[in-house]
Amino acid sequence: MDDMTLPPGVETAEAQEAAGLRSRAGDEAQEADGTLTGDPVRAQVWPPTPLTGHLRQLEAEAIYVLREVAAQFERPCLLFSGGKDSIVCAHLARKAFTPGRIPFPLLHVDTGHNFPETLAFRDELIEELGVRLVVRSVQDSIDAGRVKEEPDGDPSRNRLQTVTLLDAVAELRIDAAVGGARRDEEKARAKERFFSHRDGFGQWDPKNQRPELWNLFNGRKLNNEHFRVFPISNWTELDIWQYIAEQRIDLPSLYFAHEREVVNRDGILLAVGTYVKPRPGETVRRERVRFRTIGDMTCTGAFRSSASDLTEIIEEIATARITERGDRADDRRSEAAMEDRKRLGYF
Amino acid sequence: MDLLRFSTAGSVDDGKSTLIGRLLYDSKAIFEDQLEAVEQASAARGDPSVDLALLTDGLRAEREQGITIDVAYRYTATPKRKFIIADTPGHIQYTRNMVTGASTAELAIILVDARKGVLTQSKRHSFIASLLQIPHVVVAVNKMDLVGYSEARYQEIVADYRAFAAKLNVRDVVYIPISALHGDNIVSQSQNMPWYHGATLLHHLETVNIGAGRNNVDFRLPIQYVIRANSAVDHDFRGFAGQIVSGRIAVGEEVVALPAGIRSRVAGIHRGDESCERAAAGDGVVITLEDEIDISRGDMLVRVRNLPHSSNQIDATLCWMSEEPMKIEWPVSNSFSGQWYWLQQSTRRVRASVQELNYRINVDTMHREDAQTLHLNEIGRGQIVTTEPLFFDSYQINRATGSFILIDPHTNNTVAAGMIRDRARRVSELVQKQEEREAPSLRPSRSSNVVWEPVAVTRPMREELNGHGAAVLWFTGLSGSGKSTVAKALEQRLFALDVRTFSLDGDNVRHGLNSDLGFGAEARTENIRRVAEVARLALEHGNIVLCTFISPYEGDREAARALVPEGSFWELFVKCDVEICKERDPKGLYARAERGEIPNFTGVSAPYEEPVQPEMVLETDRHSADELAQQILEALVRAGIVPGGDS
Repeated sequence: MDDMTLPPGVETAEAQEAAGLRSRAGDEAQEADGTLTGDPVRAQVWPPTPLTGHLRQLEAEAIYVLREVAAQFERPCLLFSGGKDSIVCAHLARKAFTPGRIPFPLLHVDTGHNFPETLAFRDELIEELGVRLVVRSVQDSIDAGRVKEEPDGDPSRNRLQTVTLLDAVAELRIDAAVGGARRDEEKARAKERFFSHRDGFGQWDPKNQRPELWNLFNGRKLNNEHFRVFPISNWTELDIWQYIAEQRIDLPSLYFAHEREVVNRDGILLAVGTYVKPRPGETVRRERVRFRTIGDMTCTGAFRSSASDLTEIIEEIATARITERGDRADDRRSEAAMEDRKRLGYF
Repeated sequence: MDLLRFSTAGSVDDGKSTLIGRLLYDSKAIFEDQLEAVEQASAARGDPSVDLALLTDGLRAEREQGITIDVAYRYTATPKRKFIIADTPGHIQYTRNMVTGASTAELAIILVDARKGVLTQSKRHSFIASLLQIPHVVVAVNKMDLVGYSEARYQEIVADYRAFAAKLNVRDVVYIPISALHGDNIVSQSQNMPWYHGATLLHHLETVNIGAGRNNVDFRLPIQYVIRANSAVDHDFRGFAGQIVSGRIAVGEEVVALPAGIRSRVAGIHRGDESCERAAAGDGVVITLEDEIDISRGDMLVRVRNLPHSSNQIDATLCWMSEEPMKIEWPVSNSFSGQWYWLQQSTRRVRASVQELNYRINVDTMHREDAQTLHLNEIGRGQIVTTEPLFFDSYQINRATGSFILIDPHTNNTVAAGMIRDRARRVSELVQKQEEREAPSLRPSRSSNVVWEPVAVTRPMREELNGHGAAVLWFTGLSGSGKSTVAKALEQRLFALDVRTFSLDGDNVRHGLNSDLGFGAEARTENIRRVAEVARLALEHGNIVLCTFISPYEGDREAARALVPEGSFWELFVKCDVEICKERDPKGLYARAERGEIPNFTGVSAPYEEPVQPEMVLETDRHSADELAQQILEALVRAGIVPGGDS
């Protein structure tokens, strides 16, 4: 985005000016009537503390994108998965439109394989934001014969979500679905636009994307087409955690280290529960784990960790040597697994 | 921790991917599973070594073809800074991707292969960096290991690049000799190049001044969205949301809303949950005003005494990004015939049409070329008309308000990126100015009681004797555009053909005939009036009269035309970009004018009204004076003024 660099703190700016480093030619000198003198910045005693540096720029960029969505589209929605990225998006949307309400609903595509913690958290957040929640479930798509569960071995409904999502887009005539995907997550996502066009079949054409220049986002489309919009494209996993810490954003307990029964399947630790039953030969063990991403219980791997608060998590992420999606069975299928799913309309 | 966005361009051959891979790897931004995946993919393809390009080339087609097609964004951070890397392909057919990557960058890394030196591709990247006004450029002289870490070779390349970059508009160029493959001068100082005492690449990236391209002066807030709320706390809240793209603002300051032009004062500034006293460029804010004003998306809040330009005609550099070539619509009426585009600038989207393409720029040679249209990846300069006025600054001083995109209304694709140079002039404005100038001094018939003495020898008799016709060739153009040079070349040719000529030059008449005149608008008009009268006398005596005058006002030139018989006045527009005129500056006048020593200097502090319908346009930045003189001569022959022959 053009000119996203934020100004130095006001004190710094004034110091620069005093040192003659900054030109004020053409600008009105406001000191004359005293408006700019006095207290430099109203002290912020109310948490959270004002952001600085890169987080402040990333936040401004995301808020700018969210406002563009509200301005350019008629029926946008915010895709909410219960994961930290969509929680951060919801938080950013609140900040973008405060003191007004978020001018679009949250859409949860429910795989039916959720962690119970996720659902409880979701409902509390909706209450707090005062925003409308729309739920469309994969189970309904299965019952209606729109999709079939994979027959053997992998009961993941991750892939099936695409159909439910596209059906919801058509049913609700959604013209922009805002998601929390980040470019650093995965190599196909590194090429995704902020405003990512989807054709009438919900397909992404990675080789034919619209160029995106400066911060001019082109949301024009035909009637049956829609956009996926990614306000936090430029954030990294570490940025997300630092932001969560600085903004004191609540998260589901799954993200913090806790004791849980897991099985080791193909090198991925899966949480044992209603949807993941140990297979013959697998032993259930009780481990101290946490999750780096939260999706369908059947494919989201836990990892052994003792990081039980944000400071410890940030420390852990900063030194991590594996990407956060490294524990996602859905991405491990092939070198272009994500690109292939995205082409078909995946998140 | 702050944030630096930089771009790289190039292909695998340049070592670009290796360099990025090295930066990511050395700053530990590559994860084990990523490296593992790349190792597996390389092995599966039978590559002898791990191909770090696979880290950046994310799309299946890119991996299959071994090339970078699209802009990929990579992220890394050191304890000092977060970096967003726009990694773009370098081939000419991906110029649009380079432009895209450059549009948000504050720094560009230009890769030069130490063995090959400064090649076309490096020049192309530099030109684009200059065009997009990236404030910092790093010339990374790569593969130093392959030239034996030779200082002489490095210095040679630096000298070459310097000579080339003199033609560019880049403010800060830093040269670093590196070997991306071996890590020399990437993170730590190279032991192999003790002669190099500058910063390593990473150190430079960590310390380069961020915000050099930011405009801190001109407050501009394009309105994105109007926020309303009605709660116990925020009773009838109505705030204007947007991102401050330049300048600063504080509570209590007076602002004006464009296009309405209504003034008010800032009552409050909100940044998310914070209520602040002031905000500056980059901040996403919601501003409330003291008065109820009707403001909506696309409007702009600015300061009363610091206004942007407002016009529905703009002069812009365009980079064409679509397979479908640019459609030019000639202004025929007040409505568009269908060859129009959406133009999106700041938060405004209006209908627009390209009315004229001035020239195309060859991105490899930077030469201007004649062109009918722009095709994919071509860059040129054109004149655009919009249905509603835009509020803008030139891209050079404000990247945010000086940039725009064009959108095809049928496909909805983004087809062009534009950078505003200036506003174009409207014919109606010129007419109005002319009227203003003419109003106070209605004096054309000052000597109307003087009757022309009938002449014994008439012009046709003289023309017959001379064997050629008479005409007034009126060369108009900026100082330094080459009027006199072309006229002299033409006069020599005419003389050789036994044609009688008479020349009137701006500088010469001001020494005598017009030495009593200054350079204000009125004096310029009088200057031209006198000269036109002399030209008319010379014409009547059977000469081809060559007049070389800046003659900036359309109205004055029209007055000169009106003095002579129809068909014998040729307005020759000597066209040359003002920047080039400044470079030429044969008399050192521009330099003095820019220092303020010469008031009312055309092109610097006084306007030049381009001819609307000149008989000929002579583009001296694209053709030599001899070529142009020849063209005029040929036109005179075709018009039957000068006899045809073996000329």
